[in-house]
Amino acid sequence: MSVVALDKQYADKVEIRDRLENFHGNQVVYVHWEDHLMFCAALAFPLPPGMPFGALVKEILPTYYGMHPDFAKIDWSKVRWMIDGIETSPRLEASLQDNGVGHKSIIRFWTPGLDGYKHSRS
Amino acid sequence: MNAPLKLGLKQRYSLLTSGLDWTPSYQPFEKIYPYAEFEGIKIHDWSKWEDPFRLTMDAYWKFQAEKERKLYAVLDSFAQNNGQMNLSDVRYVNALKLFLTGVSPLEYQAHRGFAHVGRHVPGVGPRIAAQMQSLDELRHVQTQVHTLSHYNKFFDGFSEFRHMHDRVWYLSVPKSFFDDARTAGPFEYFIAIGFAFEYVLTNLLFVPFMSGAAYNGDLATVTFGFSAQSDESRHMTLGIEVIKFLLEQDPGNLPIVQKWVDKWFWRGHRVLGLVAMMMDYMLPKKIMSWREAWEIYFTEAGGSLFEDLARYGLKVPKYADVATAEADHLSHQNWATFYQYCHAAGFHTWLPSAEEMDWLSEKYPTTFDKYYRPRFEMWAEMEKEGKRFYNNALPQLCSVCQIPMVYTEHGDHGATSFRVSDYKGEKYHTCSDGCKDIFDGEPEKYSQAWLPVHQIFQGNCGGAGLEDVLKWYKLNLGADNLQQAGSPDQKLWDEWMAAKDKVAG
Ligand SMILES: [Fe+2]
Ligand SMILES: [Fe+2]
Ligand SMILES: [Zn+2]
Repeated sequence: MSVVALDKQYADKVEIRDRLENFHGNQVVYVHWEDHLMFCAALAFPLPPGMPFGALVKEILPTYYGMHPDFAKIDWSKVRWMIDGIETSPRLEASLQDNGVGHKSIIRFWTPGLDGYKHSRS
Repeated sequence: MNAPLKLGLKQRYSLLTSGLDWTPSYQPFEKIYPYAEFEGIKIHDWSKWEDPFRLTMDAYWKFQAEKERKLYAVLDSFAQNNGQMNLSDVRYVNALKLFLTGVSPLEYQAHRGFAHVGRHVPGVGPRIAAQMQSLDELRHVQTQVHTLSHYNKFFDGFSEFRHMHDRVWYLSVPKSFFDDARTAGPFEYFIAIGFAFEYVLTNLLFVPFMSGAAYNGDLATVTFGFSAQSDESRHMTLGIEVIKFLLEQDPGNLPIVQKWVDKWFWRGHRVLGLVAMMMDYMLPKKIMSWREAWEIYFTEAGGSLFEDLARYGLKVPKYADVATAEADHLSHQNWATFYQYCHAAGFHTWLPSAEEMDWLSEKYPTTFDKYYRPRFEMWAEMEKEGKRFYNNALPQLCSVCQIPMVYTEHGDHGATSFRVSDYKGEKYHTCSDGCKDIFDGEPEKYSQAWLPVHQIFQGNCGGAGLEDVLKWYKLNLGADNLQQAGSPDQKLWDEWMAAKDKVAG
């Protein structure tokens, strides 16, 4: 399917604003902690593709999710990860890129046994 | 003696329009109406258009002037009597901030959109009607700005409404809705705004705001609502006439029109989520719940409308069932979003009180206690411990409706709904099947979206820090944003109420 436009060349003139080059060396990465909807949506971060996956886990996640009472209880060895719809076991020392995280990828994670405040999934 | 020649309205109307549909001889038709055909709509006979109003220009000016006189008389007395002090509660003012920043600029967009359509549709009748609607919409934005300017003398969050509309992250939701409509062809615009918005959904926008105003002591806003009402009934009639006319003119128009109805119903429903949270959370005195309003104005009124349109082969908009099911979640999910992001919003938020939570439990028996009460109770505990929750990361946005991806899976409301499309090797995320269908229908258009979160990351919004971005929004940190409790608005109100008590002795 395609756009209905007066200008037959419309599709060639499209300017995509979210191209990777526009993010000054970063790529946009989305992260979502499942069953904890106190955080209303997945979080967006501009991150260097070469950043180790472990840095995301050790530095970024605690900063932005740490205020939830469940966060301290996470057993990281049991966490289930999904990158762009595919279940994976990320290698912490490898880069985001080498773990298959690209521009506008979404990383979702489940923390077994933890399903939010009073099991409300919040 | 000759009696002065008096023409009937019908005659005057035919004189007004006659000759406006001349056949051009110096220029080819398609150069005069360049937008008339590219959308694929076929019109065989414009003279079949029956104008239901037959309103002439002189009658139009007379009616409008009369309405203006009445409105401004009320506004003057409201100001002289310090009407703002008779509001049910100061929290109500936040609904007005949302209206002025989110809705009034759409009136202006509607004005421009109808001016464009009024120029480019080849039929005389709809052209005149579109021009009148264009003038109405200009009047609406003006009267709204004038009415709400009184509140701007006392309260924060009003003064930069126009600037904010173009920049603030959540205002890109209503703004991009209208940008989308205005960059479509004239027939799609007619269906998007004239039919889907004005006819199908408008009652869900104006009735809540105007009754909300009446219930909460805001006579000024009630009056501009009344002043616009007779215009709105004209707009609704135009919307329904246009869709019937298109469907009658050529059977090939049906699939095109159906696609637009599906798209604009869904887009409108997403924008109305702002009204949903206004009704359920922002009005100190509630009118009815969003769910109840949806039942009355969409399920019942929309149901009989689409029954009527079935004879043309038109179906109920796709995903209307999803929207109806979402009515049990929409307001809660939106308010929870603003609660955690109100450091970057142009109005204040608060947690619902115990009585308000009971009201919500009663109105939403299947969802509120299960999903949302615990969330609010948890936040209340955090507030008590002095750890009021602000989400310090930016949210992922839907590439179509531009709302943070907060909506949940149909059938599993504990799980976020994620959809993704691939276009030219790039990923585009959407919040729902409704938004994904729209993206996939015209990826060339939506891949260009100016998404506020990504624009901040690219450095196009004043800087990387919250304070830089707020400055770029012209949002006054510590006054326009954050909690209601402790805001300058609240402080001023408390002083007024204390003085009132003193006088009352
Ligand atoms: Fe209007
Ligand atoms: Fe209107
Ligand atoms: Zn969406």
